[in-house]
Amino acid sequence: MAAFVGRATKQGLLRAKPTLLNQQATFISFSSKTKKRVAWIFGSLALGGGAVVATALAQPAFASDLVLHPPHYPWNHKGLLQALDHGSIRRGYQVYKQVCAACHSMQYLCYRNLVNVIMTEEEAKAEAEEATIEDGPNENGDMYERPGKLSDHFPSPYKNEEQARAANNGAYPPDLTYIVPARHGQEDYIFSLLTGYAEPPAGVKLMEGQHYNPYFPGGAIGMAEALYNEIIEYDDGTPATQSQLAKDVVTFLRWAAEPEHDTRKLYGLRAMIICSFLLGVTYYMKRHKWSVLKTRKLAFKPPTYKK
Amino acid sequence: MLLKIRDSVNLPSPLSISIWWNGGSILGVLLVMQILTGFFLSMHYTSDISNTFYSIVHIMRDVPMGWEFRFLHANGASFFFLFIYFHVGRGLYYQSYLTQPRTWMVGVTIFLVSMATAFLGYVLPWGQMSFWGATVITNLMSAIPYFGPSLVEWIWGSFSVGQPTLTRFFSLHFILPFLIMGLSAVHLIFLHEKGSTNPLGDLNHLGKIPFNPYFTWKDFVGFVLVFFFICFIVFFFPNMLGDPENFSMANFKVTPTHIQPEWYFLFAYAILRSIPSKLGGVIALAMSIFILYFLPVGMFNYSFSGSFCFVFQLIYWNLIAVFILLTWLGACPIEEPYMTLAVPCTILYFFLFITLIIIPIFWKKI
Repeated sequence: MAAFVGRATKQGLLRAKPTLLNQQATFISFSSKTKKRVAWIFGSLALGGGAVVATALAQPAFASDLVLHPPHYPWNHKGLLQALDHGSIRRGYQVYKQVCAACHSMQYLCYRNLVNVIMTEEEAKAEAEEATIEDGPNENGDMYERPGKLSDHFPSPYKNEEQARAANNGAYPPDLTYIVPARHGQEDYIFSLLTGYAEPPAGVKLMEGQHYNPYFPGGAIGMAEALYNEIIEYDDGTPATQSQLAKDVVTFLRWAAEPEHDTRKLYGLRAMIICSFLLGVTYYMKRHKWSVLKTRKLAFKPPTYKK
Repeated sequence: MLLKIRDSVNLPSPLSISIWWNGGSILGVLLVMQILTGFFLSMHYTSDISNTFYSIVHIMRDVPMGWEFRFLHANGASFFFLFIYFHVGRGLYYQSYLTQPRTWMVGVTIFLVSMATAFLGYVLPWGQMSFWGATVITNLMSAIPYFGPSLVEWIWGSFSVGQPTLTRFFSLHFILPFLIMGLSAVHLIFLHEKGSTNPLGDLNHLGKIPFNPYFTWKDFVGFVLVFFFICFIVFFFPNMLGDPENFSMANFKVTPTHIQPEWYFLFAYAILRSIPSKLGGVIALAMSIFILYFLPVGMFNYSFSGSFCFVFQLIYWNLIAVFILLTWLGACPIEEPYMTLAVPCTILYFFLFITLIIIPIFWKKI
């Protein structure tokens, strides 16, 4: 393998090509006795290091340290050139609106962001008008309420964090705009959390208002299981099983965190094509310019002396 | 000035220099890219702590091409440090610090200023990791005896990391790249005094060719290749090197369970954590970089050529292995076996560096 890599890279990455200078330098290196001594020293160091590693790895593992990591799911937008499933985004928005929005805000998302992704402009305007937005002050200095507009952000279900905590037994429902990239495990974690509720195992005691979810750090989570089979009815007729609901809402949340997702991958493809072309051109030009030097022949011509 | 440029273009350069000598020019291009993208980002950035996080969201969502500039800037910093490490690694392998000590010293200073700039920049998005990273790193100064605590408050401009801290960090992050540019010019001037080193360690001026067109075209290939990889990361895995915590706005009431810096500082962070005493850890952290200043001590011994020396090779590659191990350990949580492993790695890091310093001095005696 090493020989193959060496040949493939023409051994040119770090090693100097054998020349007269190289050979001379080898002569002025260490004698064999010193080499042996040095080999002993470093061998001992390696052994010592190995012993330290072995000792460290022999530490006991505690059951309380264990965290259940979510399995990897085959998300169809994870491929290098794969876009988000827009049908799934639309269904996911429906899940968010009918289930999650009761407790969770999406404060960085505007109604205008829905246009041409989840609905048409007219539909988005109608969607925004369903919301009541506090605005003002008016000419009398009073705040007033009005129907939402496309430029409005999604309204939060609570006025502030304190109100949210008071309504949720002290737990604060996080904002969902960036929830997917903000959690280790990303989509897999959110999906596992939404579908992973279980009865607490023996010995695990939960406080009032807490629920058991092995994927949540510590296991005790304030949020109750929110998704059940057929909890909502999809507009497009897709069977609303728990896993389908979870998959759709996670896809929607991925889009909410990265609305540029599809454009980014498209630009990436273009950039790769342009860079590959430029790489070919510059490499050709480099070879062209260097060809004179690379193909020159140096010959030793012994001097001729007159007899 | 024009004469200087002409001299640079026609600089006699060694024919034998390999792809590892492309690092300097690539770093120059990356620096320009960072300055340009940073300049455009600053047009939309707000350093008022109540709006900072939102201004980043605004850049990512509402500013045309904003997400591209931000991803280029954030990942460009990682590439900048990656190539700094390649560049320093090449200098160590071919002992550029012995033949070009002044260039080396300025280079180490550039490295230090770049570290400071990157740290300041990481604080600017005002995410959780930005805030807590700034709190942890600035608090290290408090270990300095007598005036440490006052120094920390002076840096903060307050009694904790807050509004004055962010404002001054933004100002410093904006100005320091220009200092790096100036230092880079000095770095080049010193380099051009003697010309580049080469893989053979040959210090005579035989076998030299003009820089242009040979190395200009070779550098172009390097630029395009690096840009290819940057584009790949920016467009397909833009958040790969980031931290999930930074997607949440800074909150001084909630401490992240695991605070860690960006990947390029992890080796120094592991060294800091491996020493139980706070002051000792801070000194070790500083020395892990400052030790590079001591490498040219044996510079008068021109007969030494580590490229062909078995012991030098052994030490060099051990040092690289230890550096990678420390980087990994810096990202691990503070628990066993990582804590125990970090101690011998830290000792080895300094031991190997000191050996590198000593070898050229005693070379003839050996």
